[in-house]
Amino acid sequence: MKYFKYIFIIFFIFSLHQGHSQDNKLESKITKNLRCLVCQGQSVYDSDTEFANSLKLLIKNKLDEGLSEKQIYFYLKEKYGEWILFDPEFGKKTYFLWLLPLLLFLIGGAIIFKLFIIKKN
Amino acid sequence: MKKRFYPIVFTFIFIIFFIVFYKSLKNSNIYTPRIGINKEIPSFNAKQLNERKEVYSKEFFKKDEFYLINIWSSWCIPCREEHIFLKNLSNEKNLKIVGLNYKDKIKNAKFFLEDLGDPYDIIFLDPNGIIAIEWGAYGVPESYLVKKNMIVKKIIGPLSESSVIEIKRLIK
Repeated sequence: MKYFKYIFIIFFIFSLHQGHSQDNKLESKITKNLRCLVCQGQSVYDSDTEFANSLKLLIKNKLDEGLSEKQIYFYLKEKYGEWILFDPEFGKKTYFLWLLPLLLFLIGGAIIFKLFIIKKN
Repeated sequence: MKKRFYPIVFTFIFIIFFIVFYKSLKNSNIYTPRIGINKEIPSFNAKQLNERKEVYSKEFFKKDEFYLINIWSSWCIPCREEHIFLKNLSNEKNLKIVGLNYKDKIKNAKFFLEDLGDPYDIIFLDPNGIIAIEWGAYGVPESYLVKKNMIVKKIIGPLSESSVIEIKRLIK
């Protein structure tokens, strides 16, 4: 019975710790997808500027308030524009960015098709 | 047909790349956030520098007045440079200047105002920079002209002579 109590306590501590780390995971996932506007090219997660540190705190607060990841992105997009997201949405300005790999893939496919399959026949 | 295939594909790719690079040649590679004007002001609670009372933004900002929100800090050097312009604007009767003291020590902030003079009607404290983010700021100094609870103009960086003239024009 005595051992059981200890095991229970240890289990409890570990489970607490796990909950905390999951929360941190989401927090760092979000901050990794945000561009620091002061030292551009770095993510908020990597940056140590005043702006990035405040933003980290803000995201933590928003998560505590119960906002979802998407809601936080939307909130920041409203304030700073789409540039703050590393993962841009498909839109007027970004369609080329999204379609270029597909285009290159098709061209590459056409070349391979031309070279190998037509040659064989 | 076979001989023509490659030149056509390569010129096509070349043209695409040429257009993309040519277009972005003139673009600045330093991004400043989209100037978010005609947006409603954020709501926040803040402590004051000189008084103990906490202020709720919704109660504070009245619809029929102009406000200039100035984000400043005693450790920020451009804030010293723009201080003279703020003092100039504090003479305007229909403009209230609201300071937002960004990540500062209270002692240093008070010393800064003693040293250079106090143009602010009220000063809010933002010890961890969250209120500044609510406003859409990413550094100090930044200023926002507010009318009817809407942001009419946003100035990133220190105020200048031309921005003072424009603010005076807007509040007339």
